[in-house]
Amino acid sequence: MNLPLSITKNIHDWLFELMSAPIAAVVEMVLIAVAFLGFFALAGLLLVYMERRIAAFFQLRLGPNRVGPQGLFQTIADALKLVSKELVVIDKADKFLYNLAPYFVIVASLMALSVLPFSQEFHAFDINIGVFFLLAVSSIGVIGILLGGWASNNKYALIGAMRSGLQTISYELSVGLSILTIVLLAGSLQISEIIAVQQKGGWFIIQGHIPAFIAFMIFMIAGTAETNRAPFDLVEAESELGAGFHTEYSGMKFAYFFLAEFINMFIIAAIGTILFFGGWLSPFGITESIPLLGVMWFMLKVLGLVFLMMWFRWTFPRLRVDQLLTLEWKYLLPINLFNIVFMAVIVWLGLTINF
Amino acid sequence: MTTTIETNTFKSEEYFINMGPQHPATHGVLRLLLTIDGEIIKNVEPDLGYIHRSIEKMCERDSYQQIVHLTDRMDYLSSHINNEAVCLTVENALGLEIPERVKVIRTILAELTRLASHQLWWGVMGMDVGALTTYFYGFRDRELINDIFEETCGARLTMNYNIPGGLMFDIHPNFVKRTKDFIAHFKTKLPEYDTLLTGNVIFQKRTQGVGILTKEDAISFGTTGPVARASGFSCDIRKHHPYSAYDRVQFNEAISTVGDTFTRYQMRIQEMWESISIIDQLIDNIPDGDFKVATNAVIKLPKGEFYQKVETARGELGVFIVSDGKKSPYRMKFRSPGFSNLSALKKMAVGSKLGDLVAIMATLDIVVPDIDR
Amino acid sequence: MDLTKDYKIIGMTNSELQTLINSWNFEVEFSEAESQFLNITVKPENLHQLGLQLKSNKETSFDFLFCVTGMDWGTDLGVVYHLESTTHRHQIVVKVKTSDRENPTFDSVCDIWYTAEFHEMEVFDFFGIKFNNHPNLKRLFMPLDWVGYPLRKDYVDEVNMVIK
Repeated sequence: MNLPLSITKNIHDWLFELMSAPIAAVVEMVLIAVAFLGFFALAGLLLVYMERRIAAFFQLRLGPNRVGPQGLFQTIADALKLVSKELVVIDKADKFLYNLAPYFVIVASLMALSVLPFSQEFHAFDINIGVFFLLAVSSIGVIGILLGGWASNNKYALIGAMRSGLQTISYELSVGLSILTIVLLAGSLQISEIIAVQQKGGWFIIQGHIPAFIAFMIFMIAGTAETNRAPFDLVEAESELGAGFHTEYSGMKFAYFFLAEFINMFIIAAIGTILFFGGWLSPFGITESIPLLGVMWFMLKVLGLVFLMMWFRWTFPRLRVDQLLTLEWKYLLPINLFNIVFMAVIVWLGLTINF
Repeated sequence: MTTTIETNTFKSEEYFINMGPQHPATHGVLRLLLTIDGEIIKNVEPDLGYIHRSIEKMCERDSYQQIVHLTDRMDYLSSHINNEAVCLTVENALGLEIPERVKVIRTILAELTRLASHQLWWGVMGMDVGALTTYFYGFRDRELINDIFEETCGARLTMNYNIPGGLMFDIHPNFVKRTKDFIAHFKTKLPEYDTLLTGNVIFQKRTQGVGILTKEDAISFGTTGPVARASGFSCDIRKHHPYSAYDRVQFNEAISTVGDTFTRYQMRIQEMWESISIIDQLIDNIPDGDFKVATNAVIKLPKGEFYQKVETARGELGVFIVSDGKKSPYRMKFRSPGFSNLSALKKMAVGSKLGDLVAIMATLDIVVPDIDR
Repeated sequence: MDLTKDYKIIGMTNSELQTLINSWNFEVEFSEAESQFLNITVKPENLHQLGLQLKSNKETSFDFLFCVTGMDWGTDLGVVYHLESTTHRHQIVVKVKTSDRENPTFDSVCDIWYTAEFHEMEVFDFFGIKFNNHPNLKRLFMPLDWVGYPLRKDYVDEVNMVIK
């Protein structure tokens, strides 16, 4: 096989040959931004389609199956409908913040998307604080939700937004600490470095065995809470709050919130894949010679975790707000702190499983 | 209706929320005026009348045959039992001797109605606490009951199968077989309900110890049905004042003493098992005979007051007819179970969280047209 | 608590009830004609006292008010209370009447049976009967600005009512 080993590097070199350095840099950034925007829209729509089919599968229905083959274009049709819908302007809303909120949400998830490695060298933004950056950026999204809930001047939206605030603040801790557990094992915050370590010594879920598994479970629970999905969907608990924080949004502004939720789910699953399941690495290195196949492995693993999160959603009832906090502060956090020490001891004594 | 709340009497932390009349958790056009402190409910005030059709006033100019049809539109999920209530009142007032066949068929259909109603409730209960999938499971099995009804009565929701004096027409030849098939099918599905929802830890945490109603309050608020029985108030009309064929079947009254939301949930699940057992006992023993006795084309009740209560899926439905001997009642009153059950909501919900209110409402199993009439 | 029930309990017979209630000296009238229950008609001023006695007396203990009906008997307005005892399982009907159609007023019994609060609101809505000491007497079903009391026999609404 003679496929280019580093895809991004080739494009980069070609651009810089073609034009002068400053222009090439700008063009490169624009290209990347367009690529990610395209990915954002496409992945969002596909995930919505996937969710609807999976929900239908759980609920003894067929789901969308009319528009296009197997209903694949249904979500595109829905997106077109949303684009053409009127953007309702609330009379007594804080107009500036009200309009700003959806952008906060999508900008946050777009930024988080930018550091994800899709395959070897197929990586837009490989900084040395990669995991830290992901964590930091993904918590910006909650500002959008808070703003949206506050600015739309609706009590249901406000309750939803406040719930979102307390939920994100609490569960951020667990996500951070469970990631930290894995960073102990990897010894680096850089994503390419984390994957390189796994390439040498096996996926972290196997390398770190018991503490890594505990960390994975905590990460999935907290990650589901981070993305405000069931059983932690108190933010938009439809039987209690109508639609929660986006009650007053319509058309494309609503679609931004909606897409961002799905992209956030994708991001959480991607972080899980990178940290626990070796990112784009193939199982037992079977396709190591074809780096492009890494994209496939990465997507397969991510979609597997996404499926898990959808499974949660269509099976579990919703928690109550005080139970949500009890779960985090009384159970997940102490377990997590103990788990970090446990992991540190294991790394210190060299008790990891290495191939 | 259309109440406003004087907001300047609130404490500074409290605010007011208008839950309904268009809200997913109120199951129709019920409006709740909530005073909330953060997430904690300080006061609940139901505001009724958004679907009030003044059925009682309409009864005063309708004939008794026509009145039966109005009762479908009250508690539309137990429409067959509502019809039965009016028919029983009229028959008792006239002193009609109803054939055994009619009594047995009415009982089977009433229990099927109860099963259908409880299945819908189960699905909606899950949905209210956030498990959307239960909704489809509940409706899946309810469809089969509706099919049975459609074949026999021609309608799926508003049956109109009972008339004073018996049934409108005889049961469909397939009725016995289909009912048996359904019962066999449903016996395997009911444990599935338990696996999906009852055994779920989150569901149990959400419902246990929430919205407790003591026995004294349950009686004083006039609650009936599963709501009252969860609190230990034995009030099953089928046991205490048997009508139709309930005096010849063996079944247990589902009763407990805890009185929280989870117990109310369990009562209904238990009731479904009892309904299955009642149908099992009767379905093979439908006696031969007429499906109705002849009545006059214009029914005139003797002068007097007549009261009949039946057990609907929600509790005790009372029909009170004051007759002056004419073809229409002088005054007709429906004592609807939902109305009294709703009055206990304030007692149960104050002090709990917003999410609890939704769970409590779900186990009250409110049907708004039944409350508003 | 023993949850096995004896469903055959019948507490006091109608004549026993009549003797007992007579001994309380509330000036009540008894009637068993044209009804399956024992009917007692009480004067408005004695209603609350009688209700309290019916509930608290160990032998009667009518703790379950299962139906409250507003009535318009043509000349008189009144309320019919259906009562049952959950321990003795006997039933009784209490009636109260007034000939005052302009400003009919009774004492509220919602402190004895909580359920009366809602039912009395309904009676007020349809018959215009007021209840003293009711915590929140307002229109329940009809709009707040509705004129007239629709279930009264002399109510006329040429727009909304179809008269046959």
